[in-house]
Amino acid sequence: MSEMQDLYQEIILDHNRKPRNFSIPAHANHTAVGHNPLCGDQITVLVELDGGVIKTIGFQGAGCAISKASASLMTEAVKGRTIDEAKVIFEGFHDMVTGVAGAEPEALGKLAAFAGVCEYPARVKCASLAWHTLQAAITEGPTTVSTE
Amino acid sequence: MTERAQPIETAADLRADMLRLREEFPALHQRVRGRPLVYLDNAATTHKPRVVLEAMTRFYAEDNSNIHRGVHALSVRATEAYEQARSTVARFLSAPSASEIVFLRGTTEAINLIAHGLAHCRLRPGDEVLITHMEHHSNIVPWQMACKQSGATLKVVPITDNGELEHGAVERMLTDRTRVVSVVHVSNSLGTVNPVREICALAHKVGAVAVVDGAQAVAHMAVDVQEIGCDAYAFSGHKLMGPTGVGALWARQELLAELPPYQGGGDMIEVVTFEKTTYAKAPAKFEAGTPNISGAVGLGAAVSFIEQVGLDRIHAYDTWLLERATEQMQAIPGLRLIGTAPGKAAILAFTLDTAHPHDIGTILDMEGVAIRTGHHCTQPVMVRMGVPATARASLSLYNTQEEIDTLCRAVNKVKEVFQ
Ligand SMILES: Cc1ncc(COP(=O)(O)O)c(C=O)c1O
Repeated sequence: MSEMQDLYQEIILDHNRKPRNFSIPAHANHTAVGHNPLCGDQITVLVELDGGVIKTIGFQGAGCAISKASASLMTEAVKGRTIDEAKVIFEGFHDMVTGVAGAEPEALGKLAAFAGVCEYPARVKCASLAWHTLQAAITEGPTTVSTE
Repeated sequence: MTERAQPIETAADLRADMLRLREEFPALHQRVRGRPLVYLDNAATTHKPRVVLEAMTRFYAEDNSNIHRGVHALSVRATEAYEQARSTVARFLSAPSASEIVFLRGTTEAINLIAHGLAHCRLRPGDEVLITHMEHHSNIVPWQMACKQSGATLKVVPITDNGELEHGAVERMLTDRTRVVSVVHVSNSLGTVNPVREICALAHKVGAVAVVDGAQAVAHMAVDVQEIGCDAYAFSGHKLMGPTGVGALWARQELLAELPPYQGGGDMIEVVTFEKTTYAKAPAKFEAGTPNISGAVGLGAAVSFIEQVGLDRIHAYDTWLLERATEQMQAIPGLRLIGTAPGKAAILAFTLDTAHPHDIGTILDMEGVAIRTGHHCTQPVMVRMGVPATARASLSLYNTQEEIDTLCRAVNKVKEVFQ
């Protein structure tokens, strides 16, 4: 069972069952939609930016446990952070799930639960979909992203 | 000379023989994530028996040469091997003539060739192309392109909740403007076996060309293109225990003569001058450039292997295994089978109420069970069935009852994780 628990940690299963910030913030002023056409995952990230700070964040959509839990934990991790801080967290997260040498899951708090994803290349896109979508929402440019 | 009657094979004998044949597939005998591999992704591609691997190695080791061009011994042998494979495929499909078999990359290329050609020589603005809601993207997109190019309209036969064509819908949707009817013989995402014989007869009544996508059919049932009455039939080698990158199109001689070449180049010409080129006759007309010679040789070996095992026996075994699997899977609470048409092929697509197909696939992989998850290149089917994706187990003659048990145990593990 240990392989299973490495990937599907209790915290991931919990956030899949009860996603946090699974809502539409009343004063959202930035939004983007992300798709993973391979598995049909689709997610919308909505953000209220206030002077470069992510004041509130919510998400909507449907997908696998990894993508849903990742979106949920992401909203917790970036709420109240500046755009630049959020980018740094995303970089650390991305390094971790893609297995970049020298990645430091310990620095990522609860997001370290996704460290097991790097053993499953087919699932990296699930784990990073919400993050790419957030990035599209808070930066200028297209507001639809696709993992393909 | 009197032929001795064959002793009747019992179901137990058949199963024992399939178990013996399993030994012929080297890739099946490995461990994945520490567990014996249970390969149930045969609709995506099948594993290859030793005879196929050996035929290809032997070709490269002994006969390797370019075909149709050389006077030397190796070229002659290579040409013979390639043309022999064509005859083998013709026999396999009960085609009237080997010259009606075109070697291509696979089903996708075959349908593109037909659609592209018909867009030029048959389709006019206001004409109609009829396909079904259960087509693989490779039997949708080429027709969309052909329609866009010619001004024809694409029409889609609806399907029922259990994954069959709606009764009477083909007949109802055919008009005097229908120029092409293109249908999948066996659906890769539902397992439905379509009544292609009836559909082709209906198509011919309005003068339409009848095309059949046989990608999922040829490994599971005897196909006789004359009996089906189609005008073209396409399949891929790799789903039939042959190599990737090679497949065949059968089409009636008259249709092949009418279709323009698909690509220009070497081997497809008669005379080339800068002013004018005359094309070779089919099949050469459609085989520009050096073809996949070793692939064709491997495909020929795969077809011979299947013929030796016997499609009637494969079908009987498949059906037995499918019944077991269906029964066991239906007993799992929360599991929904997608595609439950009567007489379906050995493809089991399913969803679970608590877990996304992608998570099912990953946990099954941890148990050594290889299935496919996603939309299976049939996005319209997913929409019709109201699911984002499915998990799909697809069976082959080398799968066993024990493997079905392992699959079901693994699905139950998924349920434990995602309570
Ligand atoms: C029903 C059907 N049609 C067409 C194809 C395309 O085959 P290929 O990718 O070998 O060209 C497939 C295989 O995925 C299939 O299952």
